[in-house]
Amino acid sequence: MRGGRLSSTREGAILPLIAVILALIAVWYVGAVALNAPQAREQLAEGAGLRDLAAATWSMTRPVLPAPHQIAVELAQSLFTHPVTSPRSLVYHAWVTVSASLAGLGFAFVLGLLLAIGIVHVRLLDRSLMPWVIASQTVPVLAIAPMVVVVLGNLGITGLLPKAAIAGYLAFFPITVGMVKGLRAPDPLQRDLMRTYDARPLQVFSLLRFPASLGFLFPSLRIAVTLALVGAIVAELPTGAQAGLGARLLAGSYYGQTVQIWAALFMAAAMSMLGLAAVSLIETLAARRRGGRL
Amino acid sequence: MVWAALGLIAATLARFAIADAASRMMIGTALAVAAFAIVALFLAMVGFARGEGWFARLATPTLFGLLLLWLWEMLVIGFAVPFVLLPPPSAIARAFGTHLGLLAQDFAQTYLHAVIAGYALGCGTGFLVALAIDRSPFLKRGLLPMGNLISAMPIVGIAPIMVMWFGFEWPSKAAVVVVMTFFPMLVNTTAGLAEVGAIERDLMQSYAARYGATLVKLRLPAALPHIFTALKLNSTLALIGAVVAEFFGTPILGMGFRISTEAAKMNLDLVWATITVAALAGSLSFGALAVLERAVTFWHPSFRGSS
Amino acid sequence: MTEVALLQPVMRDDLVIPEAVVSARDVSLVFDAGGQRVTALAGVDLSIAAGDFVSLIGPSGCGKTTLLRAIADLEHPTSGVLLVNGMTPAEARKRRAYGYVFQAPALYPWRNVARNVMLPLEIMGLPRAERQARAARYLGLVGLGDFARKFPWQLSGGMQQRVSIARALAFEPKLLLMDEPFGALDEITRDGLNLHLHELWRRTGMTAVFVTHSIPEAVFLSTRIMVMSARPGRVVEIIENDLPATRDLDLRETPAFLAVAHRVREALRAGHSYD
Repeated sequence: MRGGRLSSTREGAILPLIAVILALIAVWYVGAVALNAPQAREQLAEGAGLRDLAAATWSMTRPVLPAPHQIAVELAQSLFTHPVTSPRSLVYHAWVTVSASLAGLGFAFVLGLLLAIGIVHVRLLDRSLMPWVIASQTVPVLAIAPMVVVVLGNLGITGLLPKAAIAGYLAFFPITVGMVKGLRAPDPLQRDLMRTYDARPLQVFSLLRFPASLGFLFPSLRIAVTLALVGAIVAELPTGAQAGLGARLLAGSYYGQTVQIWAALFMAAAMSMLGLAAVSLIETLAARRRGGRL
Repeated sequence: MVWAALGLIAATLARFAIADAASRMMIGTALAVAAFAIVALFLAMVGFARGEGWFARLATPTLFGLLLLWLWEMLVIGFAVPFVLLPPPSAIARAFGTHLGLLAQDFAQTYLHAVIAGYALGCGTGFLVALAIDRSPFLKRGLLPMGNLISAMPIVGIAPIMVMWFGFEWPSKAAVVVVMTFFPMLVNTTAGLAEVGAIERDLMQSYAARYGATLVKLRLPAALPHIFTALKLNSTLALIGAVVAEFFGTPILGMGFRISTEAAKMNLDLVWATITVAALAGSLSFGALAVLERAVTFWHPSFRGSS
Repeated sequence: MTEVALLQPVMRDDLVIPEAVVSARDVSLVFDAGGQRVTALAGVDLSIAAGDFVSLIGPSGCGKTTLLRAIADLEHPTSGVLLVNGMTPAEARKRRAYGYVFQAPALYPWRNVARNVMLPLEIMGLPRAERQARAARYLGLVGLGDFARKFPWQLSGGMQQRVSIARALAFEPKLLLMDEPFGALDEITRDGLNLHLHELWRRTGMTAVFVTHSIPEAVFLSTRIMVMSARPGRVVEIIENDLPATRDLDLRETPAFLAVAHRVREALRAGHSYD
C-alpha cells in the first residue's frame, strides 16, 4: 500500500516539482536583488540602470543573499578544484561530518535494536524504561551537545568520537521506538500460530517478530539519518572545530562568507539526501525479496 | 509498596552515609545500605511492573528515574568524579536554586520570545499555505515532495544566515524556528485534508455543499489528527531550533547561549540546570498539546477505546 | 493472558475415555477482564472420537471459540479435565498433535505462499527437501499448486484461507482444529470451500473440530453437531448427523438435510430460551 502510493505521487510529481523549483530559483534571484541592493548601490556610480544593479547584486563577494549561480560556482570550485584530502575541499569537510554521523548511526542501530528486544521481552524494562525513551523525544536532546563535546574534550577525547556520540544519542531514540513498535506489530493470531507450533522464543523472534518489524525500521531509520547528521554538525560548533560542515558554517558566519555558508548548507542537504536515498535503496532491496512489499 | 518505601529510605540514608564515608571510615556501612536500597527498589519495580492501573504504570518509571538519579549521585560522590566532568544531581539542583533569576531570563529570551513567536508564525503560515494550495493539485504535487524533502534536511544549519539577516536578537532565532516548523505543518495539513473518505465526500456532494462548507464541516475536522501530529512534532523542533540557533551567536542571554558559554567555562552545574529547564519546557509543551489533542479529537479511534 | 493454574487431571476411569481424541469433563473457564469475571464456559462435557468431524455451533459469545482455544492450549480452563490424545492440552501442543486454522488466514505477508506452508516444517526442523515436497503436495491438495510463488496479498480471501488450511495440514497432524475459517468469506466462495474441506477430510481420515455459526455449514460438514448456548457457554445438545458419508452440495436441498438443519435450529432456540 505504502509503496504504491509513493510511486504514484512520484510519477505525477515530476513536472510540478520542476515548476516549483524553477519558481523558487526565480524568487531567489529577485530576492537577491532586493536584499543586496542597498549594499550594491554604494558601489555603483550614480544613474546606473536596473540592469547594472541586478548584475552587481548577483556578483558580490559578501552578499546578504548570494545568487543561486554563485552558490553553484562555489560548490563546484570547493568540490572539484581541490584534492579531496585538502581542507579546502568541501568533500573533505563533508566526509568528516558524515563519518561521524555514520559511526553514530551504527552505534545507535545496535543499541536501539538490543534495547527494543529487551523492552519487548522484559516487562520490567517496558514499564520502567519505555516511558523515558518516549518522553526523551519531546526534549531538545541536542542541547547537551556542547557539554558532551567539552567534557569529552577534558578527558582527552576529541575528533570523531564526541560527534559520533551525539549523533548516535540523537538517532538512538527513533530507532528504539520504531523497533519496539515493529517487534510488537504481529497480531495475536500470528503469535498464537507460533504457539500452536510450540516454537522456541528464538524462532518466534527470527521467523515472526523481526521480519514483521522491518516495515517500521525503515521509516525510523530515515528520521535517524537526518538526526545523526544534524547531531554531527551541531557537535562541531562549540569547540570551533577546524573540519566538518558545521565548522564551515561557523567559519562562514564569523567572516561573513555567505557564499561559503550556503555552499556548506547545500552540501549538508545533499548528504542528508544521499543518506535517505541509501536507506530507500536498502528498503527496496529488502522489499524485493518479499515480492515488493515490506 | 513496602519495598519502595524501604528502598527510598535506604537510598536517602546511603546518600548521607557516603558523604561522610571519607572522614569517618563508614564505607562498609554506606555500601551495605546502598546495596539494600538497590535490591529494595528493584523488588518494588518488579512488583509495580506486574500491576495494572494508573498508579502502578506511573510508579515504575518514576522509581526507575529516581533510581538512576540516585545512582548518578552516589557514583559521582563515591568515586569523587571531578566536578568538571559530571556534577552530582544535588549540585545541579543547588545551581537551579541559586541561578533561578538567570534561568528565568534565559527562558524568557529563548522560549517566550523566539520559540513562541517562531512556532506561531511557522505553524500558522504552514497551515494557511496548505489551505491556499488545497484547490491546486498541480501546486500540491510540486510542493509536497519539496516539503517532505526539506523536512528531512538539517535546517538548523540556516541559523548563521538568519543571524546575519535578522541580527543577534531573538528574531533571528524565531526565523529559524519559522523555517523549521513551516514544512511539517504544510505537509501534515495537506495530508490531513486528503484524509476524508469517498463516502463522506459523496455525502457532502449530495447536499450540494459548497467548497467552504465541505472544508469547515468535514475536511478540517477530519484533518485535525494530522494537524496535531505536526503541532506536537513542531513543539520539539521549535525548541531545538531556537537553542541551536543561539550557538551561532546571541546577545548575552538565552538558553542556547548559556549552555555553550557555561560549558566552555566548565560551569557544568549551570549547564545541567539549563538543560533541565529545556527538558521541562519541551515535555510540558508537548504534554499540553497532547491534552489539547485529546480534548479536541476525542472521537478519533486512537483515543476512543482508552477512556 | 490470564495465568490460571490448570487443575491437575484426576485420572479416574469413569472420567476419561481413553480412545477419545478430545475429551472434556465439567470444563469451566472464567475470564478476569479488568476485575470483571466473565464465565466463558460452564461445565462442558464432550468426547470426540478418532475420525469424527465435529461442529461446535452457537450464537456469538457462547464460548465455542474459547472451547476450541482451550483444546489447543491457547486458553486455560479454570476447572475440570480436558484431555487431547489422553494428554493435557499443553503436552499435546508440545507434541504438535493438532493443526489450527484461525478465523483469519494469519499468513505472514513477507513469505510467499509456499514458504508460508513450510513455516511449521521449518520450526519443527524438517529437512529442506521434505519441506518443499510437503508444501507442493498440500498446496496441490487445496488446489493452489500454481500459486506457490505468489505472496498472500496477491490472493483472494478464499485462496488465503486455503493456504492456511494447507499450512495446518502440512505437518500431518491427526487432529485439525478450525475456528470459523470461512466466516469472513462470501457465500459462493464458502460453498466451494465447504465441498473442498469435506473431500479433504474424507481422503485424510483425520479428526476435525469445526467452529461455525452457520447451520447449513455445520450440517453439511459434520458427523456430529454440538449445539452450545450463551452466557454461560455450555453444550445443550449433541446431534448425530446420519446423512450419507459422501456428500455434495445438492444434498442441501434434500428433506433429510433440512430435517437435521431443523433439529439444530430447534436446539439453538431451546438453548437461547434456556438463558
